[in-house]
Amino acid sequence: MSPISRGFRGRPRSEVESGRLPPGQYETRDFPVLSAGPTPRVPLAAWDFTVRGPGTQVARWTWDEFSTLPRETVTRDIHCVTKWSKFDTVWEGVSVDTLLAAAAARGIVPGPFVMAVSDNGYTTNLPLADLTGGKAWVALSYNGEPLPPEHGGPARLLVPHLYFWKSAKWARQLRFMDHDEPGFWESLGYHNYGDPWREQRYSGDE
Amino acid sequence: MSVPPPRSATAPATRLPLKPGLITWRLTNVVEVVSETPRVRTLVLDISDWPGHRAGQHVDVRLTAEDGYQAQRSYSIASPPEDRHVALTVERLDGGEVSPYLTDELRGGDQLELRGPIGGHFVWDVALGGPLLLVAGGSGIVPLMAMLRHRAAALGNAGPEARHAVPARLLYSSRRWDDVIYRDELARMAEDDPALQVTHTLTREPSEGWTGFRRRIDRMMLAEVAWPPAERPLVFVCGPTPLVELVAAALVELGHDPGGVKTERFGPTGGAM
Repeated sequence: MSPISRGFRGRPRSEVESGRLPPGQYETRDFPVLSAGPTPRVPLAAWDFTVRGPGTQVARWTWDEFSTLPRETVTRDIHCVTKWSKFDTVWEGVSVDTLLAAAAARGIVPGPFVMAVSDNGYTTNLPLADLTGGKAWVALSYNGEPLPPEHGGPARLLVPHLYFWKSAKWARQLRFMDHDEPGFWESLGYHNYGDPWREQRYSGDE
Repeated sequence: MSVPPPRSATAPATRLPLKPGLITWRLTNVVEVVSETPRVRTLVLDISDWPGHRAGQHVDVRLTAEDGYQAQRSYSIASPPEDRHVALTVERLDGGEVSPYLTDELRGGDQLELRGPIGGHFVWDVALGGPLLLVAGGSGIVPLMAMLRHRAAALGNAGPEARHAVPARLLYSSRRWDDVIYRDELARMAEDDPALQVTHTLTREPSEGWTGFRRRIDRMMLAEVAWPPAERPLVFVCGPTPLVELVAAALVELGHDPGGVKTERFGPTGGAM
């Protein structure tokens, strides 16, 4: 039970949209940028996307090939572990369902866990079940424009039902794993799963 | 979540120097609130069961209104691990929900709820060595100041040779001279320590006598001030997003290893500095 902070009133409750903000979050109208190091810049000619099985099998798409995959437009609220939430963000991208079906057609056998791997070596781990069933995309555009580098362009993972660090910027690979392994932030004190509605920010949170 | 993260059971203890597991909410006592600049205050906190922290880490602060409404924000720790108290330095954001309360309302004798320390990436201690290159914009100085204070505390008694073994440079961008946080302390630190170089740049209305840089940090300034890439400095950049993006990109263009450049941005908006 938290004690009352003497003299603290907070913002007008009319501004706090009930039911839409996960616990401990506040709404922002901006789109903050967060990353742990310099923004990688890869020429599209050198860019590729791969899906790797637990063994050595790899399905690979060049930028041109990836661009031919069918895309969906989705509007979602996003929630960053640093406390901001942004409502109604509009993305266009390839559903991970579509991508994994294409990978399966090339003989990639899925595993129960996935490590998303980025250009700069960033990694984040997710259960396969959180990437399938219309819950995740490889996003290529934001607000109708190609994804800018500082927001993860040319392609980032979009998993809006989890804290946004799971939506890896500069995504280049989905790697199937037989067992769960922590990614970058998950090894540095952040929660392994990251459900904003259960406020799973840090290691040890319920 | 019903299943605990696997690493708490499997990670070797050496990777978790501080108490692993739950980061609990703690009630802390405000010892005093110190004015740093017209917009910036330092909250000095007494925390009876603080588990310790590393320079560069932050905490989450939680405020509770009478009707039970709560708001949380993150603030960098300004004090080094060596200090008895934990200090947070907070900039007042106009129209903000939490920072004006912390800078204008909170006072000694109050209590403040927080949890931490948080963050295991943007951290430095003397065991990691140097040279150290710190680049700050505005209140982005706060976690970097914790590093400089830690460096001074850990090496202060070890003599000049120890300090020269871990030399440090700080490039710090502020709007005006009166907005420079920790101005006098930085001057004293640099005076006492030939292995520490502090360089300021002022982006607005430098006074007539100002002979230093008077523009935003750019590649040319970094080339002049930063350690050359061959020295393989450990680089920490903290400030508003445009500054961090520019500095990190320029350092990579100058030949620094992207893996050696750690960044952190502050503020909900990443607004222009």
